[in-house]
Amino acid sequence: MGHEAQETDATAAVDFKEVQSTPRFQELRKRHRSFVFPMAIAFLLWYFAYVLLADYAVEFMSTKVWGNINVGLIMGLLQFVTTFAITGWYVSYSNRKLDPIAAEIRHEIEGHEFDKHGNQISGVQK
Amino acid sequence: MTFMVPAVNVADLKETTLLNMGIFALFVAVTMIIVIKASRNNKTAADYYAAGRSFTGPQNGTAIAGDYLSAASFLGITGAIAINGYDGFMYSIGFLVAWLVALLLVAELLRNTGKFTMADVLSFRLKQRPVRIAAAISTLVVCFFYLLAQMAGAGTLISLLLGISDWGGQALVIIVVGALMIMYVLIGGMKGTTWVQIIKAVLLIAGAAVMTLWVLAIYGFNLSSLLGGAVEASGNPNLLNPGLQYGKTETSKIDFLSLGLALVLGTAALPHVLMRFYTVPTAKEARKSVVWSIWLIGLFYLFTLVLGFGAAALVGAETIKAAPGGVNSAAPLLAFHLGGPLLLGFISAVAFATILAVVAGLTITAAASFAHDIYASVIAKGKADAATEVKVARRTVVVIGLLAIIGGIFANGQNVAFLVALAFAVAASANLPTIVYSLYWRKFTTQGALWSMYGGLGSAILLIALSPVVSGAKTSMIPGANFAIFPLSNPGIVSIPLAFFLGWLGSVLDKRLEDTTKQAEMEVRSLTGVGAEKATDH
Repeated sequence: MGHEAQETDATAAVDFKEVQSTPRFQELRKRHRSFVFPMAIAFLLWYFAYVLLADYAVEFMSTKVWGNINVGLIMGLLQFVTTFAITGWYVSYSNRKLDPIAAEIRHEIEGHEFDKHGNQISGVQK
Repeated sequence: MTFMVPAVNVADLKETTLLNMGIFALFVAVTMIIVIKASRNNKTAADYYAAGRSFTGPQNGTAIAGDYLSAASFLGITGAIAINGYDGFMYSIGFLVAWLVALLLVAELLRNTGKFTMADVLSFRLKQRPVRIAAAISTLVVCFFYLLAQMAGAGTLISLLLGISDWGGQALVIIVVGALMIMYVLIGGMKGTTWVQIIKAVLLIAGAAVMTLWVLAIYGFNLSSLLGGAVEASGNPNLLNPGLQYGKTETSKIDFLSLGLALVLGTAALPHVLMRFYTVPTAKEARKSVVWSIWLIGLFYLFTLVLGFGAAALVGAETIKAAPGGVNSAAPLLAFHLGGPLLLGFISAVAFATILAVVAGLTITAAASFAHDIYASVIAKGKADAATEVKVARRTVVVIGLLAIIGGIFANGQNVAFLVALAFAVAASANLPTIVYSLYWRKFTTQGALWSMYGGLGSAILLIALSPVVSGAKTSMIPGANFAIFPLSNPGIVSIPLAFFLGWLGSVLDKRLEDTTKQAEMEVRSLTGVGAEKATDH
């Protein structure tokens, strides 16, 4: 029923284990995970550091920096800045490092370069 | 996300009731025409649930913002900042940062692997029936609590904005909101609903932007003097410092941490947000839509900072608290202070539109989950044709609409914040561990998924039932009883780690091995988008 979860099925005959074991797919997976995991850990740590500071370091957060603007407000606004920055960074990383290789693999599968027996059938294009 | 009673002195309201109704009627008329036009070519299940996957990233991103920025965000956060100062601002931050979880870990892979619902992804490589049923149950529970909160809020908020204060009149308003919502969803399906979200998001953000610029202009575009004005008006120098609301006791500090955890992890597991990723043609458009929604939502939460402190400075905390809507009247009172009845009328109509749109989005998600996951896959065992499935979905919309109306009438006046927080905590506990494990962990098994989903769902609901939100305090739902043996009002800090742990434990102890071919297929599909992209680029 997994197939049912998709509409197009030019892929019914594809050997996905074969695709999964290709170096190119391994590279795609590595590139994806080596970006999203460290980044997710980083922003979650930064977010919880901020929450904990606001919770337990009230005096530090209340230090005035400029006029009525204090450390807490600046750090809060920095959370917005880092969120926007990580968003932009991820989009540019995906466009450069993930999309091209994903499109390549997709084209090959949809052009049936892999069959059930794991043989590469080159030159078959739609 | 607090979102109780509304705004504004009843005396003010009398003058603006007709205006409010006029603006709201205009909104309903315009959106209804658009919904009817948009629905002309709704034929297949993909048309009905996923809008034919025809929306662009920016359109869908705006619709996501429309889904996410409920009246709770607008009225609740503005009010929280106006009264509690800095602590209110921390809500905005949690709600925004949560989107990075959705962007980095969930959105695109989910778009590539599923078809209509969250259960499509979760059951992809595990045993279909049990996992699908569990995912559908948790979807229905989350949507129902979210719906109940919105309907109950609609009753109180709109009734007061339109100057209706008796119980019968409020019940009538809830029935009207429910009936309108059923009509939008029945006629328009996902496409119509999405257009309603887009229009509402634009109106809400534009309205907030106008008010923000207005407030800033009063203070010469100097944030520091605005903050100074807020402190002066409130007479409390701690307004700008953290801890005014949550710093009182050690328990309240842990409670805040728990809330922060549920908020940051709940968003990426809300079924109605997840379902939005299926309305776009490709993973790349799914990414674009999340980027759009992050910008719009971030911008909106920056506005709430100015609006909240602006309300504190210009309207004053005492006036806000004394108004019929209490804390949540801050934004409408500020609108009245700035632009008189006209701006108040506009903001009120936008708040009404907001509830309508959010309710419609929740309803279609719940209906799709019932028709697609429970009816088509489990009851009809995959033999139902698409037309029957859509018919079941439409009937489900009517049933859910009626349930929401009845529930909304009885929950009217209840603590609505409790229901919204429950929806977030349940989503983060029941859904997120299974979503993350099934996308990233090869050894995840059916038993792990079931333990995690039922364990997360059950523990979250049980802990809330035993918390001070339900009993044992003056503000509880049942103030007379006391069975609050769990001290925190948000269960996230216990139930979310528990659900992650159960998912791991269930998988490690599972003797049955999962199909590695399916795992390979899911991984390849999720990362490359093979088979899920429209045949445009080859």
